[in-house]
Amino acid sequence: MNGAADLPLAVAIPVAILLVLGAALSLIGSIGLLRLKSFYERVHAPTIGTSYGLGCVLLASMVFFTVLQTRVVVHEILIGILVVITTPVTLMLVTRAALHRDRLEGNPEAPPPVPRTPPED
Amino acid sequence: MTQRAMRWILPHPILSTGLLLMWLLLEQTLRPGPLLVGLVVAFFGGHALGLLQPERMRIRRPGLILRLAGRVLVDVARSNLAVALVVLKPRPERHAGFIRVPLALRDPNALAALACIMTATPGTAWVEFDLEDGELLLHVLDLVDEGEWLRIVKERYEQPLLEIFQ
Repeated sequence: MNGAADLPLAVAIPVAILLVLGAALSLIGSIGLLRLKSFYERVHAPTIGTSYGLGCVLLASMVFFTVLQTRVVVHEILIGILVVITTPVTLMLVTRAALHRDRLEGNPEAPPPVPRTPPED
Repeated sequence: MTQRAMRWILPHPILSTGLLLMWLLLEQTLRPGPLLVGLVVAFFGGHALGLLQPERMRIRRPGLILRLAGRVLVDVARSNLAVALVVLKPRPERHAGFIRVPLALRDPNALAALACIMTATPGTAWVEFDLEDGELLLHVLDLVDEGEWLRIVKERYEQPLLEIFQ
């Protein structure tokens, strides 16, 4: 991106810190995806990247472009909202598929379905 | 009469306002051209949602949304740190587990909001919810005290959502 050299130091430092922090959080999430043992544990790790990992990078982008273009740039908020709204969809799809398979295979790790009382006639 | 006309133009005012705001944010301008297109998008978006026949959404306490959002931001930050620590410094005594939370929430929009909160929090994952018996199955990465988690979900999130939506 051009113009990065014009950024005042007082802004460049927090932007850099936010970027590194966001990248580090996303990296930790990915490491967790590798290191955690069971499927249900691994599902937690990437959400670090989709919450504050993403948040830090978006905030850095907002500060960077707001200062460079001398007007408020906030459409990054949209990215944040869309990610927060759409991750539950895929996450539920994936976990429920895993749960369904584990129950079919009689895996002891998976919790049994709620015992349902038959409807009274 | 005017109310009926408004109903016809804006069957879902919250969604239409959201769409217009999104459009203006994407265009980054208030010039009349993009504004007009945004209004058209908002109009048709509201009618498209009407075709899906959703239940009417009513927001009772808008101020509470901000309080809840602030609370969620803090909790998600804490959970980020906790999960990052679990990944970087595995403790042998940590155990993950499922918990069942009986919910009083039934409004689909409120449930969707709760799902977003639970998913955005790295320490918890929404696994299954049955609308019939109202039991939510959660997976918790670092399960120390089951009662504590129940309290967090019921009091910190469900209670304000009930007040906002129902």
